[in-house]
Amino acid sequence: MIVLTVIVGLLMAVGLFIFLTAAVGMIRFPDFYSRLHPAGMIDCMGVLLTMGGLALFALFDGGISLASFLNFAKIVLIVVFIYITSPTATHAIIDAGMRAGLQPWTKKKDM
Amino acid sequence: MENVILYSGIALAVIMAVSLYRTVVGPTILDRLMGVNAIGSETTVLLIIIGILYRKVDMFIDIALAYALLNFIAVLAAARYFHKKKGLYDENENKDR
Repeated sequence: MIVLTVIVGLLMAVGLFIFLTAAVGMIRFPDFYSRLHPAGMIDCMGVLLTMGGLALFALFDGGISLASFLNFAKIVLIVVFIYITSPTATHAIIDAGMRAGLQPWTKKKDM
Repeated sequence: MENVILYSGIALAVIMAVSLYRTVVGPTILDRLMGVNAIGSETTVLLIIIGILYRKVDMFIDIALAYALLNFIAVLAAARYFHKKKGLYDENENKDR
């Protein structure tokens, strides 16, 4: 029981740390295109770690049974789904931005 | 064990408020779109945390899956809507550079 707590706690802590750094990155970065990098980090690493911790907890909480294994499989499927769709969504946003003529920020422009 | 998940849920809610700032302030419409996309995927995680706390994991997992689906479709539709529209960002902001 203790091992489960430690593992899930560690996964959630690292996942939340990534969420925090991504949120701060989304605020501080100079330009729309550079802000998309931390936004992408949320969808990939943050979701993977936090959902991994929750999936492990759903599997091992109250003994492994068919129901808890189904919950584990569904959470893994949600993570796979987010891994496929969030880059596509980010690509669609960038496409809309470039077509509308939003120029990426460059350092020498501000000097 | 539950309070580990409870405290991480509270921390996640605070982090969502931080990324809400970019959605509200964001100069261009696309910044707001990106903020909504980020909040959407954080809400999916929060839904499963709430599911675990209420001991109804299988119900909340389906809700989280549906939410992830809708979040993806909404961002695609909004990006497609702003494809041609000129009012995406204030033109004069980039012209003088």
